[in-house]
Order: sequence, then structure tokens, then C-alpha cells
Amino acid sequence: MSTTQTNGRHAAAQPPDEFAAHPDYADVTREVRPAPPRYRNEIGKYSIHRATNCASCGHCVEACRYGVHVKPEGYGLMTRPFGYRCIGEECAEGPDSCIHTCPQGALGFAKTPAFETLGDLRWTGDLLVSTWHMAETGQCPGEHLECEVGASGGGFDKLRFLFPEKPPQGLRREDISTEVLLNRRNDGRPKLKIDVPWYGGGMSFGSTSTHVMLGKARVATAFNTFTCTGEGGYPDRLIPYRDHVITQVATGLFGVREETIQRAPIVEFKYAQGAKPGLGGHLLGDKNTPAVAAMREAVVGTSLFSPFPFHSIYSVEDHKKHLDWIAHVNPRALLSAKVSTPIDVDMVAVGSYYAGAHIVHMDGSYGGTGAAPNIAKKNIAMPIEYAINRVHQFLTNEGIRDQVTVIASGGIRSVADVAKAIALGADGVVIGTAELVAVSCIRCGNCESGRGCARGITTTDAELMDMVSIGWATQRLVNLYSAWRTMLLDLLYRLGLDSVAALRGRTDLMTHLDYSS
Amino acid sequence: MPPKYHIHTAAAAPRVRPVGKLGIVDWREDCSSCHNCVKRACIYGFYRDEYDTLREASGYLDYIYQCKGCLNCVQSCTKGILTRVINPEYRRIGDEYYTADILLSTWFQAETGRIPVSGAGYGGPFSGPGFDAMWTDMSEIVRPTRDGIHGREYISTSVDIGRKLAHLSFTDGRLAQSPPPLLECPLPILFDVVPQRWRRPAIVAAVAKAAAEIGSYSVIHAGEIPAGISIDQHHVVPWLDSAEQAQGGVAAAAMAMISDSDDVAAVQAAIKRENPEQIVAIRVPATPRSAARIVELVRGGAEVLHLVFDAHGREQAPGAENPSPPAPLPQRGEGSFPLPPAPLPQSEEASQPQPRHARDVIREVHRALVRDGTRDLATLVVSGGIAQPEHVTKAILCGADLVAIDIPLAVALECRLCGQCDRDETCPVDMDDLDPAYAVRRIVNLLGAWHQQLIEMMGAMGVREVRRLRGETGRSMFFEDLERDTFGRLFGKPQQPQGVA
Repeated sequence: MSTTQTNGRHAAAQPPDEFAAHPDYADVTREVRPAPPRYRNEIGKYSIHRATNCASCGHCVEACRYGVHVKPEGYGLMTRPFGYRCIGEECAEGPDSCIHTCPQGALGFAKTPAFETLGDLRWTGDLLVSTWHMAETGQCPGEHLECEVGASGGGFDKLRFLFPEKPPQGLRREDISTEVLLNRRNDGRPKLKIDVPWYGGGMSFGSTSTHVMLGKARVATAFNTFTCTGEGGYPDRLIPYRDHVITQVATGLFGVREETIQRAPIVEFKYAQGAKPGLGGHLLGDKNTPAVAAMREAVVGTSLFSPFPFHSIYSVEDHKKHLDWIAHVNPRALLSAKVSTPIDVDMVAVGSYYAGAHIVHMDGSYGGTGAAPNIAKKNIAMPIEYAINRVHQFLTNEGIRDQVTVIASGGIRSVADVAKAIALGADGVVIGTAELVAVSCIRCGNCESGRGCARGITTTDAELMDMVSIGWATQRLVNLYSAWRTMLLDLLYRLGLDSVAALRGRTDLMTHLDYSS
Repeated sequence: MPPKYHIHTAAAAPRVRPVGKLGIVDWREDCSSCHNCVKRACIYGFYRDEYDTLREASGYLDYIYQCKGCLNCVQSCTKGILTRVINPEYRRIGDEYYTADILLSTWFQAETGRIPVSGAGYGGPFSGPGFDAMWTDMSEIVRPTRDGIHGREYISTSVDIGRKLAHLSFTDGRLAQSPPPLLECPLPILFDVVPQRWRRPAIVAAVAKAAAEIGSYSVIHAGEIPAGISIDQHHVVPWLDSAEQAQGGVAAAAMAMISDSDDVAAVQAAIKRENPEQIVAIRVPATPRSAARIVELVRGGAEVLHLVFDAHGREQAPGAENPSPPAPLPQRGEGSFPLPPAPLPQSEEASQPQPRHARDVIREVHRALVRDGTRDLATLVVSGGIAQPEHVTKAILCGADLVAIDIPLAVALECRLCGQCDRDETCPVDMDDLDPAYAVRRIVNLLGAWHQQLIEMMGAMGVREVRRLRGETGRSMFFEDLERDTFGRLFGKPQQPQGVA
């Protein structure tokens, strides 16, 4: 790794004004374009092998509708089959399949051995591969992939929607709204709306590569939603996207400055995070490069702790004092309180409302992207599925449900999870891991060791982060968001609802497999 | 300021190739010898290191163990001939309770002394049986009772072992009675007797020395104390067959252990006559009758109760025909392994109540003592089924004062729980050929990592003393409660889709 010793203050290549002078950077479209995998051998559920007796006749190209076989224009030979696009036995065993129409009998079908090793109970191989499919094509994956639930055996994975026999007359897909209002208080602050009921979670400068951060900011811009800086400061390169970037204030106060607060349409107070509730944050020394250290105003190579809790907050009144501070520094900002899910999460939500938060963001225990002790990820605080309805009911009974926006996160993997979280009572969700999977994270969990992510996603290593380009990351995320939005519209249509807001709290539209008779 | 309790760890690399989870497999034919996998793809350099290791024939490095499964080489291979597989040996090791993942994690901790850390969230089941059906709580912004305001270095994991007085009484301004002896253990983990499978002098001695090094105690049968182990210097808790054994060198022990029996009170009294300062722990097998028996014993003056579950944390199977069978007496020297539940006739299996997990039994015992008003008089130790550090916290939250562990100690010494020794086959990790100092290091490392994880969980809970964790159900959440309050409330009865507007 080449680390030219730069004085911290000059680590940023361009001054902020220069970025601000390029509003066209923020001109990102929602257009779906193919974003093929960045690895030579993409892993799918199935694979197709071509033997050496292939005569390059091209019959297979005509037989396959899924793009497995490609013979480039003007070339005499076939490219190696894109086996990951194959949809499985049913097609392969059919008489018109590539396997059976090949005059040479040169094609073979097999389940991909590496697929068996992909994923875990929460993010199954099917969920990973279907997310990659959506990120590549912007389309809903075929029926050969389970793209809605994992295999964890509880929570979202046991909830199902109950669809009416037929949707009501007169509902048109193009009339269905997926907007979510973020400011429900009439306090003169902007009535911000996001076009899709989710926004991107905070991943700090230092833990995630700049390229991925920019990709997240660009897709947030395209879909008129938000991404979050995380607790690592506000890199200047994000300035063109500032209308869609949340500034996070966490206990370490890294990179929190007056201008970063004033720049943000939303300021998020991070009290705790789901993956390690009550433990704070920790950036390992290896990831604290000169640029990171400059941003955080720290010494290069030292481990940076963001301790739990805020050592100035011991009561709801102290909490209010902090929110008041931000509210005065930026009179146009909405305030969000990101909390974890203890047993009294309902009281926490009321407390946050009382303190003046526009958004109560609950982060459940099974999600998270950052490195955390395994013992904490599994055992501390409750899964988000329980917390959402608890808070929704409590706020409803208190008569304040319509004055605060409830956002859920921590284990939202698919658009089905988004819809289930909303039906349980959230207004919207925050996603994190799903975005990383879209830029081809395989959830190996080695985000923190040595030079960081081997796949160039959560790393500050100059060589590794070049594995992901900003343009590619943006397009993958645009495709994912687009596919999710299409699937969400489809789901709302089938439920006969004209907006995502109408889905909130509709537990009557769901059932739980353990309780259905 | 007194010195802080700290467990010093130092790396102790495995002696034999550990079983890894993932490996990369290639079939050499069709390899284009581009060496992309070797030169570019592996950022961890394992291919290169493996080559060096083969050439120099030194070190234990094995890429089946070390592969981090990033898939870079698989996905970058020019010819696509690499694939990732799950090591077949990994699929074979462990059982349904001591899973392969738990073994690998224990090996990692015993090797490094570090907390297992990973990114990308949790990937396991939503909940599970036993301790997996509960979560610990954490302190959040609006909880005024939080006392985790100090740093984690101020968290105490120390517990007291022994009988306590219900109240003090005075005559003429002086204490009317002298308080019973009390033993302080700097962490709530004792080492239980080494199960038969691993019991040989070298291992028993290593366990005792490791216990002494970290200030804890190890249970050893009185007749089997290995040469070179001093009862007082090495914190041995001798397990006695009779009061007569409580003489000689054994008298130096701060605590002794006896099995529960009909005349256990008399045995305890006899030992106390011999050594009034010796604490006596009574070992009680976990059965459906444990709660009643323990209340009875505590009323009768018992100081320490050691409740023993089987290796998987279950009580002895209840008999449906005879709801209160006499509790079978434990065999001489029997640890918690193996103690399978009594087999049930096939036809009756469904109607028979299943043995409960420690989680439920400990809660029952704790509640029974609280109801009896005697909870604070005696110390409750729990063993069997404590496989991971989270089980320590959870057992204490359920009502134990401290736990005793056995199998994790053997796993720390690289045991794979393959059971080949029981079949008179060769041990794959040469348990018989163990350097004593190395064995002590591995066990100390494991406990160092467990101690850190206990502190992590207590820090999150905002609890500053492990003594205050006992029975603190306000810091725990149980699956069935959350499920009932959420999904049970919402979906408790079958629902029909409502008409839509």
C-alpha cells in the first residue's frame, strides 16, 4: 500500500468549494442499465459447462432466453457460458433447452458446488444470488430463486402476506405511491418526503470505501431518498449530494463540525447500533489511514473508539438538550434518533418524541454491517420484528403516532422485509447489508481484518478499493432500488392498497406460519 | 487503587492441523497456469504461504483451516476451475449442541485469547432451544437505573461462594455470631471435574494449574489429585466420598464437594467438625424435583449447591408414570459427560414430558428459593451445557450465582468431540501427548476471551457487578414472552384477509 505522508489538513485533494461548484455530479438518473458482475466467474445457483467438442454453431444462443450463451458479433467462437444466469433443471431438462438442442451434445448442466457454501440462515444463498440478479438487471429474479425470505425460522421469515382473491377495481399501478413523509410535526421545518420507503444506513468514512459511499449517495439522489455519513465525518466528495446525505452525530463526535451539521437536511443522533447495542463503535488502527485520520482529526494508525453511551446523556432531558443543540445549529434540519431495541424500546421512542426527534430510528439486533463481537450480534437486544409493533402500538395508544416517523432497520434483506416491517407498524426502513450485497458482498464477515474487505467494499486500502468503481456501484444500486420499487408496487397492487402509507400497521394483511391454522 | 483483575493471554498455535470450515478445491486439468489465484486474487496470501510451507516443511499452516472464504480466487480464476467447498470433516465434528461452529470458535479463543469478531451482521437462527431462546437486554438512553456510566475496566466479575447470614445479631454491641467462611472467585466460572473421557493426570493437572493461574477453582476427585498439584496453592476443590476423606492434605482446601445423599447433612456436619473453615458444596443432579430438594438443603444449612445438568444442559428425563422418582445418586466421579437422558419407549415418547433445559430449571430453582426467602443464604453453581461465554451470562441471569465448565476445557485442548477414544481408536489430536505448559496456556487463553465477552455483555447491560446480574430478569428477554406479546397478540387466532377499500 502506498501511503505518501500527507499532512492531515491537505489530505483532501480538492477543496470543498470545487465539489460544490459541480452540481452536475449530482445528476444521476434512475435508468436501469445492465451492470454485469465485476468478477470473471459469477456464482449462481446452477452452472453450464461447454465441452471442447463445441462447434460454435450458435444453436444454444437461440435456445436460451436468459443470456447464458453468447456469441459476440463478428467472432467465430463462443464465449464461456454465463452459467449463473441459468434458471435450473426444469429448463435444462426440457426438450428445447440448450442442453438438448446442442447438435454436438457438448453442453452439461450442474448445480454450482460453491453455491452450497454461500450464505447463512439469515442471508441464504438464494437471497444473495437474487440480490445480485436485481443489481445486475434491475429485474425481479425468476421463480428459481427465493428472493423474499431466509431460513432463520422466525420473525420476517415466518411472516406472510394474505392477498385478497382479486385486487379491487379501478386501482392502477401507476397511481400507487411509495412516498414516505419524514417530518410529521408542524414545526415549520421542511416537510421532507422520500420517494421510496427506505434509505441507506450509516457506514462511516474509514470503514467503507469512498467509492461505495459515493455510489450510495448517488443512488439516494436518483431515488430522492437519503444515505448517511455514518460516524466518520463528511467527505468533501459527498458535497454535491448534500440534499440527500444525513450527517450522523455519534459518541465519538468524529468529523462533527458546524458546517457538516448545517449542510445536512437530516441530522441523526446515533445512540446505539443493532449489531453491538451498548458497545459503541471501534475503527481498527489498520483502517485509520492518513485520509481517515484527517477527517476524524485523529492520529494515523491508532484505533478509534466511539464509546457507549454519550457520556453527557443520562436522561430524556439530557437527550432533549442535545437535540436542541442541533436544532439551533441548523434550523432547517430534521432530527433523527437512532436507538437500539431494549425491552423498553417503546419508552425510548416516546422519550425521543418528547425530546423533539422527527424520526425514531430503531436498529434491531440481527443486522448491522460493521465488525462486532459475535456474542453481541447474537445475544444483545431484541430482534427488530418484535420492536416495531411494540413501538407502533405504544405510540398509537399515546396518541402521538402521527407526529413521529418510525424507521426500522437491522435485518431488512429484501423488499418483502420492507413491506413486512411497514405492515408491522414502521413508516419506512433503513437498509445496509442489502446495498453491500448489491455491490457483490458475499457476507464472509472479514470486513475488519488486515487490509479490510477482500472484495474492495469495506476497505480504505487504495489498491483494494479500486476493485469497485463509482459508476458501477451506482448502477448496481440503481438497479436494485428499481427492482425493489417495482416489486413493492406489485405487492401493494395485489394487496389493493394505493400507497405504502396505507400499508402501515396493517397486521391484518399478514399471517405468521406458527399461528396460522 | 487495587490492581484490576486481568487474565494474561499469549498466542498458543494449534499442535495439529485444526479442522477448518471452508476450503478451495481445484481440478488441475485445464489449469492455464496463469497464477492469477496465487499472485493476485488472494489478498491473504494463503496460496503463497502454503507453497512456502510445503517447501520448508515447517509450521502448521493449512489453508483449509485458514481460508477466509472471500471467493476472490474462485471468481477470478481464468478458467473457472476453482470452487469453494465446506470441509467434509467440518460437517462431521461436534454434535447438535456443541456444533462445529462452537468448536471452531472455542479453538480460536484458546489459540489467541481474543474475542471472535466479524462483520456483516448475524447469520444464525432467529431463536433456538435452551439458552438460544433468550436475549440479554441493553441499557438505552431513557433508563435512569443504568449504572454502566463508568468504563468497562470498572466492571467487576467477582463472586462470593459460601453461606451467608440472613441478618446480623449483636450482643453488647458485638457480633453475636461469626460469619460463615466465604470464598471469593474473581470470575463466575469454576472448572468442574474433568469428564471421564479426558481424565488423565496430565490434563487434570493442567486444568488445576490454569484455574490457579486465573484465580478460579477446579473440582478434582479426592482420590485422583495428580502428583505435583498442591491442594491449596492450586485452588483444588476435592470431591469427597465421605467425611473421613476430609483429613490430611485435603483439609487445606478452601472448599470441598460432596454428592447429595439421604444423609448429606450429616456428612457436611462431619466435615465441618473436622475443618470449620472449609466450605462444603453439595452436588445435586438436575431433575424435575431439584427445586424442592435444593430448598430443603438450603433450609437445612447447605452452603453451596452445585446443580448438575447433562452435557447438553438438560435435566434427567422425568418419568411420567411416577411423577416423583427418587433422584438417582450420581456415580462416583461422574462429571456432566456423558449423561444422556433415559431412553423412552417409542410409543410413549410423545406423551412423556421431555427433559427441560437448564434455562428453565435454573429459573425454577431460583424462584423457589426466592419464594422461600432463602435465596441469599446459599450459593448456586450450575454446570452442564455451558458451551459458550453467552451461556455464563444467561445462566446467571436465570438465577445461578456462577457456573462450572468442563467440555469447553477439553475443546480448548483441541478435542474434536469425535469420540474415537471411546471406541479405543487413536486420538486425532494426541491428547496423551500434551505439553503441560501449553495446555495451561490454551485454557487460560479461552478463559481470557470468555472473561472479556462477559464484560462486553455486562457493559451493554449497564451492570457493573456480576453479583447483581443474578436472577436479573429485567436485563433479559425470553423468546416465549416476546413471541406471546407480539405475534401471539397479533396472530393468535386464525385471521381472514380483510376487505380493502
